Amino acid sequence: MSAHLSYGRVNLNILREAARKELREFLDKCGGSKAIVWDEYLTGPFGLIAQYSLLKEHEVEKMFTLKGGRLPAADVKNIIFFVRPRLELMDIIAENVISEDKMHSPRDFHMLFVPRRSMLCEQRLKEQGVLGSFINIDEYILDLIPYDGDLLSMEDMHIDTTHECYLESDQTSLYHTAKGLMTLQALYGTIPQIFGKGECARHVANMMLRMKREFAGSQTQILPVFDSLLLLDRNVDLLTPLATQLTYEGLIDEVYGITNGYVKLPPEKFSAQKKQGEAGKDLPTEPKKMQLNSAEELYAEIRDKNFNGVGAALSKKAKIISAAFEERHSAKTVGEIKQFVSQLPHMQAARSSLANHTSIAELIKDITTSEAFFDNLTVEQEFMTGVDTDKVNTYIEDCIAQKDPLIKILRLVCMQSVCNNGLKQKLLDYYKREILQTYGYEHMLTLNNLEKTGLLKPQTSTRNNYPTIRKTLKLWMEDANEQNPNDISYVYSGYAPLSIRLTQVLARPGWRSIEEVLKMLPGPHFEERQQLPAGLHKKRQQGENRTTLVFFLGGVTYAEIAALRFLSQMEDGGTEYIIATTKLINGTSWIKSLMDRPEAQS
Amino acid sequence: MAFITANWNPLGEAFYRKIELYEMGWSLRDGLKECLVAAAPYGGPIALLRQPQRPSSSARPQLEIYSSSGANMASFPWKSGPVRQLGWTVCDDLLCIQEDGTVLIYDLFGAFKRHFSMGNEVVQNQVLEAKVFHSPYGTGVAIVTGASRFTLATNIDDLKLRRLPEVPGLQGAPSCWVVLTQDRQTKVLLANGVDLYILDNTSCTPVVRQTQTTYSLLCLIILALSPLTVCVFQTPPGLSPQACSIVNMAVSFSYKYLALFTDSGHLWMGSANLKDKLSEVDTKVRTPPKQMVWCRRPKSQQPSVVIMWDRLLLVAGECTDTIQYTLDEESVCVAELDGVRIIGGSRHELLQEVPSACQDIFKIASMAPGALLLEAHKEYEKSSQKADEYLREIKEQSVLGEAVRQCVEAAGYEHEPETQKTLLRAASFGKCFLSNYPPEPFVSMCRDLKVLNSVREYTVGIPLTHTQYKQMTVQVLIDRLVYRKLYPLAIEICRYLKTPEYQGVSRVLKHWACCKVQQKEEPDESIAHAVSVKLGEAAGISYSEIAARAYECGRTELAIKLLEFEPRSGEQVPLLLKMKRSQLALSKAIESGDTDLVYTVVTYLKNEMNRGDFFMTLRNQPVALSLYRQFCKHQEQDTLKDLFNQDDDHQELGNFYVKASYKEKKLEARLSLLQSAVDEYNKAKNEFAAKATEEEMKLLRFQRRLDEEKGEALLGLSLQETLHALLTSNFHKQAEQLYRDFRVPDKRYWWLKLTALAEKDDWEEMEKFAKSKKSPIGYLPFVEVCVKQHNKYEAKKYVSKVTPEQKVKAHLAIGDLEGAAEAAIERRSEGEISTVLSRCSPTTDRALLERLNRARSTAAKK
Repeated sequence: MSAHLSYGRVNLNILREAARKELREFLDKCGGSKAIVWDEYLTGPFGLIAQYSLLKEHEVEKMFTLKGGRLPAADVKNIIFFVRPRLELMDIIAENVISEDKMHSPRDFHMLFVPRRSMLCEQRLKEQGVLGSFINIDEYILDLIPYDGDLLSMEDMHIDTTHECYLESDQTSLYHTAKGLMTLQALYGTIPQIFGKGECARHVANMMLRMKREFAGSQTQILPVFDSLLLLDRNVDLLTPLATQLTYEGLIDEVYGITNGYVKLPPEKFSAQKKQGEAGKDLPTEPKKMQLNSAEELYAEIRDKNFNGVGAALSKKAKIISAAFEERHSAKTVGEIKQFVSQLPHMQAARSSLANHTSIAELIKDITTSEAFFDNLTVEQEFMTGVDTDKVNTYIEDCIAQKDPLIKILRLVCMQSVCNNGLKQKLLDYYKREILQTYGYEHMLTLNNLEKTGLLKPQTSTRNNYPTIRKTLKLWMEDANEQNPNDISYVYSGYAPLSIRLTQVLARPGWRSIEEVLKMLPGPHFEERQQLPAGLHKKRQQGENRTTLVFFLGGVTYAEIAALRFLSQMEDGGTEYIIATTKLINGTSWIKSLMDRPEAQS
Repeated sequence: MAFITANWNPLGEAFYRKIELYEMGWSLRDGLKECLVAAAPYGGPIALLRQPQRPSSSARPQLEIYSSSGANMASFPWKSGPVRQLGWTVCDDLLCIQEDGTVLIYDLFGAFKRHFSMGNEVVQNQVLEAKVFHSPYGTGVAIVTGASRFTLATNIDDLKLRRLPEVPGLQGAPSCWVVLTQDRQTKVLLANGVDLYILDNTSCTPVVRQTQTTYSLLCLIILALSPLTVCVFQTPPGLSPQACSIVNMAVSFSYKYLALFTDSGHLWMGSANLKDKLSEVDTKVRTPPKQMVWCRRPKSQQPSVVIMWDRLLLVAGECTDTIQYTLDEESVCVAELDGVRIIGGSRHELLQEVPSACQDIFKIASMAPGALLLEAHKEYEKSSQKADEYLREIKEQSVLGEAVRQCVEAAGYEHEPETQKTLLRAASFGKCFLSNYPPEPFVSMCRDLKVLNSVREYTVGIPLTHTQYKQMTVQVLIDRLVYRKLYPLAIEICRYLKTPEYQGVSRVLKHWACCKVQQKEEPDESIAHAVSVKLGEAAGISYSEIAARAYECGRTELAIKLLEFEPRSGEQVPLLLKMKRSQLALSKAIESGDTDLVYTVVTYLKNEMNRGDFFMTLRNQPVALSLYRQFCKHQEQDTLKDLFNQDDDHQELGNFYVKASYKEKKLEARLSLLQSAVDEYNKAKNEFAAKATEEEMKLLRFQRRLDEEKGEALLGLSLQETLHALLTSNFHKQAEQLYRDFRVPDKRYWWLKLTALAEKDDWEEMEKFAKSKKSPIGYLPFVEVCVKQHNKYEAKKYVSKVTPEQKVKAHLAIGDLEGAAEAAIERRSEGEISTVLSRCSPTTDRALLERLNRARSTAAKK
């Protein structure tokens, strides 16, 4: 299940194994049969660490979802709560425990806080009078979870970074980021160089340096795996997540949403494959759930391609597979047949994977070829190239008038604001008024949030520095090659993500060359060095690539990941990237996290 | 050298040897008579509780603590209640279990640490017997009370008492019992006369016995634990089963093996789960033994048990023979991992199986490679050419590597430094003739022995064997030295072994400092100075622990001074709070970045201070303030308002009222909240928000009026939705009014009206509307809206009105390819021609295709 984690430049399976070990140790602490009560949010991320089989081996017999009232009946000795440290969850747990105590059931209660225990929560349990009922209260430090061979995410388990950190200046998630990076360094060695841009990046770096001082002397003697760390504050590049991602994986996420490595797809397209004769009888109504990661060979190949290049790749693959199946006719000797048969399972897996992705590609193609998608994209690209960003945009107007989904409107308006370094007060007020009148006045708080984060803002200076940034960093490439890309701009069919350009320039020729632009972007930029213990300085082989960990504070999109992978694979790149983030996002989920009462909006 | 085998005694395949560790340094008048003795494993300390010479009410017993070599470490009269049992914890603390169930804990130097109780019911029933045991969870205590009930505490540092179920038919204490740790569970195995029981947390399981014909003693023992396994106890003929009750039992160091001694003098040895039998020996001694302990070295093939009577020590193994030693003084046996220590009034001895490496080398006339190498080296020292002969012999069999390995290994098992040296020299000599023999085993053995010899030293008195040392690890050894306050030796060992600083030297220094702060006679200044000077350079020192210790001793000032050295600000917080330095604690918590810690301090402050001071404190600490705001947002809305008020944050107050208005069900209350919001927004000079909120109120009032008058359900809809609802319900006048009042842009209003009309298929009205004035949104929407409602006929009416730029789109929308082609060609737009082309099918529209293609090429030429 986890082999794909170890194929990359850095073996991320070490991290997963460390997490599994800790989990087993905790489970063994509670002797006897167990039932786990889950905070539902945790099940997804936990699935990436341990499957049910591991839990079962350690006598976990039942699993429930945390909810109020009484616990479901289970003939077990131990009840273990796996929860995030949230006060509202503590109240539910207290309810569970109290009703259980009333029945005098002889069960042992345990609590596992993920990713960290909190005195505030324990205090709450104490107030509710149930703290004493717990035999064990422990924490399961799960900061960075490996999502793929080159991808780690904190998945905002502790706190919604975008919402809490940028809106409420609650730095909890930054603290956890710093802690997570310390754990990573304990496993993979001290990272000698730290670069960063943005307020939050500075803060995390400060905490890391501070923690290093605090743990002076206790660092492990491990040869550093990472050469450098780049901390990027999402605040520095507000534009990229707003744009529609145009890579295969990015589009799957934009259209269907990928959560914890899984996507749910409309079942109709997939029904026919099972057995052609019976397909008509029972159409599946459940959405088809598919896991998406590099363990699937074909997916690893096409996930980061521009969607326009996916069709060609799929048909090429189809030819290879059918050619492989044709070989059975040429297999004459018993030996040849035997060899053919031995490859069959692999070939069949490849064929079904091809069929799945062909279906997904068809589903997505229906959308990308629609007029609405095209119009939307045209407007996005106009904004990004700086066309008429200071005027009322008729497309946005029409969309509002037709009451298109609010998030779509917000994405576009924010994008216009970002590309224009703020909107003129009159224009801004016009958009805001249109939105309030159409979608309801309650969205005033959402608009207020967007203004707080700087996604929407009134133009303060007459100078719009976005064109300068665009030109210096070559954010727009006219001749983006979608089939055989030669530049990262292919991921947005022309727009090169600002965050990734910064990463690229840092590797070569260095940030000194873009000092002016860095000053225009919000927050400080910095470089720090961490002293390595003697004898651990890496001696680089001739032509050996550097390894850089890029940490996106506040989220990263799949298109950005694709762009970094593209840079890793460039022949003369000289740097390979491992990506870490507080959360995997897309424009929709990002804006949603900034909305007030997002539940009111479907 | 020749005498090395002098103290060897054969038993079956193996040899046993008894070596003297120390001549005891203590002077006990009556030896160990009338004493309660407890000696810790791994060469640990010995505690004695000596009963007074003449029992009288005033005389008190004396508690004494000695090192393994008999050096006195503490001695004081026992003033608490009668003691049942003494025992040592894994951290070298002394446990004194009293009759009333109280367990008192003392350190190595006799300083009282704390106490705990084994349960209230014990006070009445009294403890009959008690045992201290060690498991992976730590040190545990088990007792049996006068009511014949067992109580267990698996780990005294995390005290959870478990009262075990009742044993049927048991009166008083059982004849013998042991504590077992199996499958992560602690159980008690007990014998009551002829019956055996296993007690665990939930049940008491009798070990079922079936009497079978004449020759079985315990017959078939079928266990509840393993119902399918049957084990047979062989019985010597002529003994009836009833006569054989179990009078003593012993469990091995690793909890893997069990030995049972019956009143018929038989010894049964087997696995602790009672599944396998290893051997059975008739000792021919019927008296119940005083003590019985396992004496088995790890990996040894032969199980063996040492049994002690008043004047006899007996080693029994697999064969029917036994080794017998006469005891000339009262002694105590201490089970070790690889042998048994025997402590007497004057001597301290170690009895163990001779390890195979030593056997191979030293056994008389041994031809093992190691023995030959030792011989070769001996001859070499004498400059005799025989050395070469021996060497050749070894090399011919190509076992030189094996010979070196044997010598190195055997050196580890030998107690005398001289013997160790001889063996190591021989190994080193042999190594010279090997080309790539790895150096690590030799080097690390030399290091280990140097450490071992230094702690076996009489003055230190820790008689560890190499096997024990490897099992307990250097870390633990360092701890033990620290408990004995042997700081210089501990530091020297750390440095010699190059232990990482924070695991080694720093840890020792921290303990030293903790001890230092307790020296009451020295002033704060000089202690703080001494500590900082000595610890200054060491990495990873936890100053807060030292400070906590100082505070415990009532030295607050010293504690604060020490805390200043602590690099981890988070660590300082709990102690600072304890010492009521809350302001300092808050800034340290913020410094650490750990928000949970900040919350902790904030909650503490909130309870400690009055509200005004509390708010002022927060105001000076923005990080804490924003965190507290977060907390209030979810938990205490009213406090949140107060906070905003205090800061004159009118914008947030406005937002606060708006938010509150959504939770309010009653319209009047809702309006008044919104009015408050308007006031606040005005104060915040946020004109837009104030106006928007006013608009909202206006809309709400309008909706209410209409709902009342016309029975519409408009309340809560957005302006757009309201308009739509009005238009579809034919309230055109009211819609017009709203449109004017709210200054809805024409474009949007046209869209709205258009869709509303289309939705109710009011085509006539739509046509009128289209003609009413020039459409601000053009006429393409008319086409599209009609098509959306599947009315192509109506749609066609508007195609002609569409602007030239949108003509193609309009024609395509109604599916008129010809028209679209016409328009595209007319406009000579390459892009539009392509769009139309993409819609054409190659079979039916061939003519059109050709025309378009031609037009495209001309358009392209331009």
